[in-house]
Amino acid sequence: MLIPHPLLGLRDAEEFVYLGDASLMQRPDPDSPTALTDFCDYVFLRDNPAGVHRELWFHEQGDRSWLVVTRNTLTHEILGAELATDAARPTVTQEPSA
Amino acid sequence: MKFSALRVVKEALTGHKGWKPLWRNPQPQPDYDIVIVGGGGHGLATAYYLAKTFGKARIAVLEKGWIGSGNVGRNTTIVRSNYLLPGNQPFYEFSMKLWEGLEQELNFNAMVSQRGIINLFHTDAQRDAFRRRGNAMHLSGADAVLLNRDALRQKVPFLNYDNARFPIKGGLWQPRAGTARHDGVAWGYARGADMLGVDIIQNCEVTGFRIDAGRVRGVETTRGYIGAAKVGVAVAGSSSRVMAMAGQRLPIESHVLQAFVSEGLKPVISGVITFGAGHFYISQSDKGGLVFGGDVDGYNSYAQRGNLPVVEDVAQGGMALMPMIGRARLLRSWGGIVDMSMDGSPIIDRTAIDGLYLNGGWCYGGFKATPASGFAFAHLLATDRPHETATAYRLDRFATGHVIDERGTGAQPNLH
Amino acid sequence: MTRIRGGLIDRGTSLSFTFDGKTYSGHPGDTLASALLANGVRLMGRSFKYHRPRGVFAAGSEEPNAMVELREGARREPNTRATVAELYEGLVAKSQNRVGPLSCDVLAVNDVLSPFFAAGFYYKTFMWPRAFWEKLYEPVIRRAAGLGQLSMQADPDDYDSGFLHCDLLVIGGGAAGLAAALTTGRAGARVVLADEDFRLGGRLLSERDPLGGIPAVDWIAGLEAELDSLPNVRILRRTTVFGAYDHGIYGAVARVADHLKTPGAQVRQSLWRITAKRTVLAAGATERHIPFADNDRPGIMLAGAMRSYANRWAVTPQAHAADPVAIFTNNDDGHRTALDLMAQEVPVLGVIDTRSDAPKLGDYTLFPDATVTGSKGRLGLTQIQITRAGQSTWVDCAALGVSGGWNPNVHLASHHRGRPVWDAATQSFLPGPGGPEGMHVAGAAAGRGQTGLALADGAKAAVAALAQIGMSASLPELPAPEATADTLTPCWHVPSKKRAWVDFQNDVTVKDIALAHQENMRPVEHLKRWTTLGMATDQGKTANVTALAVMAELSGKSIPETGTTIFRPPYTGVAISALGGGDSGDSFRPRRLTPTHSWAATRGAVFTEVGAWMRAQYYPQTGETHWRQTVDREAKAVRAGVGLCDVTTLGKIDVQGADATTFLNRVYANMMGTLRVGRVRYGLMLREDGFLYDDGTCARLAEDHYVVTTTTGNAGLVYRNLEFARQCLWPELDVHLISTTDAWAQIAVAGPNARSLLSRIVDDFDLSNDAFPFMACSTLTICNGLRARLFRISFSGELAYELAVPARYGNAVMQRLAEQGADLGVTPYGIEALSVLRIEKGHAAGAELNGQTTADMSGLGMMVSRKKDSIGVVMSRRDGLAQDSRRMVGLQPVEPTHTVTPGAHLFAQGDPQDMAHDQGWITSACYSPHVGSSIGLGFLLQGDNRMGEIVIAANPLAGETTQLRIVPSHFVDPEGERLRA
Repeated sequence: MLIPHPLLGLRDAEEFVYLGDASLMQRPDPDSPTALTDFCDYVFLRDNPAGVHRELWFHEQGDRSWLVVTRNTLTHEILGAELATDAARPTVTQEPSA
Repeated sequence: MKFSALRVVKEALTGHKGWKPLWRNPQPQPDYDIVIVGGGGHGLATAYYLAKTFGKARIAVLEKGWIGSGNVGRNTTIVRSNYLLPGNQPFYEFSMKLWEGLEQELNFNAMVSQRGIINLFHTDAQRDAFRRRGNAMHLSGADAVLLNRDALRQKVPFLNYDNARFPIKGGLWQPRAGTARHDGVAWGYARGADMLGVDIIQNCEVTGFRIDAGRVRGVETTRGYIGAAKVGVAVAGSSSRVMAMAGQRLPIESHVLQAFVSEGLKPVISGVITFGAGHFYISQSDKGGLVFGGDVDGYNSYAQRGNLPVVEDVAQGGMALMPMIGRARLLRSWGGIVDMSMDGSPIIDRTAIDGLYLNGGWCYGGFKATPASGFAFAHLLATDRPHETATAYRLDRFATGHVIDERGTGAQPNLH
Repeated sequence: MTRIRGGLIDRGTSLSFTFDGKTYSGHPGDTLASALLANGVRLMGRSFKYHRPRGVFAAGSEEPNAMVELREGARREPNTRATVAELYEGLVAKSQNRVGPLSCDVLAVNDVLSPFFAAGFYYKTFMWPRAFWEKLYEPVIRRAAGLGQLSMQADPDDYDSGFLHCDLLVIGGGAAGLAAALTTGRAGARVVLADEDFRLGGRLLSERDPLGGIPAVDWIAGLEAELDSLPNVRILRRTTVFGAYDHGIYGAVARVADHLKTPGAQVRQSLWRITAKRTVLAAGATERHIPFADNDRPGIMLAGAMRSYANRWAVTPQAHAADPVAIFTNNDDGHRTALDLMAQEVPVLGVIDTRSDAPKLGDYTLFPDATVTGSKGRLGLTQIQITRAGQSTWVDCAALGVSGGWNPNVHLASHHRGRPVWDAATQSFLPGPGGPEGMHVAGAAAGRGQTGLALADGAKAAVAALAQIGMSASLPELPAPEATADTLTPCWHVPSKKRAWVDFQNDVTVKDIALAHQENMRPVEHLKRWTTLGMATDQGKTANVTALAVMAELSGKSIPETGTTIFRPPYTGVAISALGGGDSGDSFRPRRLTPTHSWAATRGAVFTEVGAWMRAQYYPQTGETHWRQTVDREAKAVRAGVGLCDVTTLGKIDVQGADATTFLNRVYANMMGTLRVGRVRYGLMLREDGFLYDDGTCARLAEDHYVVTTTTGNAGLVYRNLEFARQCLWPELDVHLISTTDAWAQIAVAGPNARSLLSRIVDDFDLSNDAFPFMACSTLTICNGLRARLFRISFSGELAYELAVPARYGNAVMQRLAEQGADLGVTPYGIEALSVLRIEKGHAAGAELNGQTTADMSGLGMMVSRKKDSIGVVMSRRDGLAQDSRRMVGLQPVEPTHTVTPGAHLFAQGDPQDMAHDQGWITSACYSPHVGSSIGLGFLLQGDNRMGEIVIAANPLAGETTQLRIVPSHFVDPEGERLRA
């Protein structure tokens, strides 16, 4: 795979280390009364979509930036990549519907 | 129809006219007592034990493609019970015991072959960790032998002991481990379940759940609505997708795991060998192909195919461990989608929805679990209580902190 | 001899080779198959299951039958297709999968017993008695199965791997591929043209038609010369593109030296990872056959292959030139073979065509509306049975060419999600949608195999592909030969009561497919898995589509309703050596050496692998006969004098910025915000799930400058996680990080004489306990101006320092310390002694910090601050962690001569030894020269409340139990007086 690094252009995915869903950027408020539940959801639960997925890659053999890559998990097509420090902070993941 | 050597001879002499379909192709009934979603090894085994051991009737297995098309038909066929943690070891040992009688149970030769597995170690620290594990195996009634370098060399002289970048210091051997013919396992359970009246419905994809007042009532499928008092989901690889239709988020990521087979060769390797320093494991099938693999590619995927770096990595591991396989040719490679759970261990549990049960999160290890998983899931579906060897596989263990993390890598699925 | 005129062989040179020990001769340009045919050898192998005699069936990489063990000794290559093995002087080949001579293989008895070996028979028997499977049935099956044999020796040849980048990758050097490469090359775009053959031209090499008024070979030569002259064109001959991966990446293997007896100074094969912006797949097509009764005898082959052998290699498939040859076809292309053979004066007894309206294209006997319904000849074809209107006739026939039409080579187009789609017009599967991004399929691979069509198609595909990446190219002027007749009427098999082979190598017959149908193994994948169809080394290239059509016929469904067939990499088998790219043995993984490695080596150190690092394990001295003697001496020397140990491998992370304090306070579980400048604090890191994952030290060198250390194993991981925290969690903080693990050499100076020793090398620096107490840190200079950092920290429990200098000075400083400390008893020590010292001191290390343990378990729970948020602190409060009452303890054998064994499990005295009563395990152990016995650390249920109790260590692997006393984990200096001295 090739990852379009926003600063460095197309880089081989072998230079990167994968972490997972970009929702890991939304660390819950530790002081909230529901902190324990919030953290359990944050640490363990994933949407794991078959389709478009925003995910975190670390350019370990490169400039050591964390990227948010938007990739289709069915086709591996990459739709975009941005620096994690630039990534818009989406709103906190919705509660699962019952 | 009972299979036997005599039957094979008789049919051979009469032109094979008497062989019957291994299973029917029934039309789905409007409703069942129990619907199993997923016609893979686990789903078929569950249906079999529900009918055979727990005396249940009116059972259907719904499969979106052809039965056995998921990971039971894509794995590297290894059967073992060399686990460390008390949440796992008794379960896999139970599975091992079921494997040992599987052919007779099913009257179908799934070719369970106990030629052993050896996990190699390269450092004293790895040896100590293996000793802890081997002792845990003994303490739960399994078999294990810690081989030093000399003993190992006697058993498998063809490894690269001295010139390796990571010298081999010994291995943990489980003699009763081995391999089984993966498709045969699915077919054996399917045939057994079918003979007990289970409807196996292929080309029937579940597209939704009908849930009413917190209770599941049935499933929507590409072949119409099917009512069910209980629904068991056994679709590892797609657990998140299917359970999302019931509004459930899971502690699971889907990853692609590649596997490889070489051209057929005369017998070289008897059992299974795993090379920890190189992310490589290998066995040889009865047909002669070397069957091998390594790590997951490492990123979320539903694509059933991997990429070249892992192919190279696995080949490097193979060459480092056994340079004599170099001139054999890789014949086929493929990818399977595995349910990588957050602690590397599976889930067999009820869900937040009454009547909806989940069996998933098998990571790399689903095949070896097939008999016990089917049995334990059947137990849960039939009695609403977990089987005694599967009590740890709860969905709430992540919230309570009772995780079963064999590798100690935490909530990062691609490291398990 | 059956050599005829013409051909692309160099008759001026003869090459001698052997097959099954007999010597033959061929020419450059020959394959092993063509050379054997030229020598009248038709029997080349045995089939997998029934051990049927087999000869060559194809002329390319799709060959199912003619497989040999090529070369000898460690270079033996099993399962090599004779049809692609290029002949060289001294080639040695042996037939395989036989017992006894090839002509009377004992295992041919399987053929007689074949009724018992129908599809899937082994699933139905061998079940009784149970124990016989591993002992009897399976060993017999395994010995009989398999094909060729490995040498069991290490591959002696070299391999390498490389990357190529291009605008356009052209896969296949036939008509379409050559046109595509020419178009692209002239446009100035970077093009890689890869072809599996040793000669460019593809199918053109097998035909007699001229191109542009000159022989096709000359036309190709001209084009090749032009391509070679273009600097933007790279031609990879003998190179198979075996897989299509994501984002335009392709795997290819170049057989650099397989046409030579030995590679000499070259590598044998190269693995290329080709990244292409666009791709033209011009992989051609593979002919299919028509199964009929006994259709597998040597002498029966694909009609197109027969034409290749005649035209390219100047050989015919019969043993004697006068023997008659026939063609069995359902399409016009079969007739071309008859014409070409006749042009070479090969006797053609006729063309048997299944079509009632079969055309007669030349002066041969035509049998329209006829089929071949049988064959004779034990080791080679002698007769065929022709059936027409219910009348059957046996006729003498030494070779039969069979043509059932052509299957486009869509393999690479289906390596992603794309499934081939059925095309009724060509009666074949064509590349479907969803193929690899940026791939254009051209020529025969796209169902446009006529030479004129293919040439134009290749050029057009290149123009279209380049246009997508903003490059323009113009269509070159290409020959436009007239179209030849190519009508076809489907005929998928000739019904028979006898066996008609579909998959030759795996012995899958029409009857097996019928049986699979009867037993409800109807989905294509069930069919393949039940019968093993398409699972042989040829991957079903000549079998799969035919089998699908037969199944469709049996089910009364159309072919597209029955299914499709997709392909996985590799396109053809690839040597595992080549995929490894030479990274094996000692080159398997890089080695990291510490800055003092060469010094340690001169001191005779024994090194060991620690992750990627090589570290000194111990330093044996003359007279020491056992490693324990050495390690005891080193450990004692540290406790009595002073020792030196390279600890560079511990991770070092430089943390700087106005918010560095805030940042570190959030990533460490313990309070770090109160650390003063010039001080060091021990730090604990948790994973966000609350488990302990690393420990180390945090030194504050200035208000806004810290140095963090990690364990060796986690150096990369901790750095990655800190960057995650900085960039993804708290990007608003003004803090920056850099890993400096390799930048600083770090040496532990430990022991009561450590201060005296260091005082001899520091420049004007007060080392007194008051000025530089335990847990102090400072920058300083040593040895007259060398900048350094000094940390007063102790892993051993002794008065100790860690001295950091720029990595290039590590070796020199180590040497200086060793020289300066001679009178102080200075002793280098390795990681074995380091481990002894830390176990004696009760410090947790890798075996205790294994990712499954908590801070509480390690006795460090008090450190986890509840006054602040930090990573993992919330989740560490979950019941499963907070209520885990296992605690780290020290363990000592009750009987001092007994050994504490790591990995043993702990039980209360009198308890049964099973998992239900398991109370913990031993993590680390060593012989302690300080204590004078074996000692260990372990986790034990409520261990902190059980001091003095005797427990049982069970090690059933060795059949041992040992009584151990629970003691505090500090075996040495529990009050910490030594390290504060």
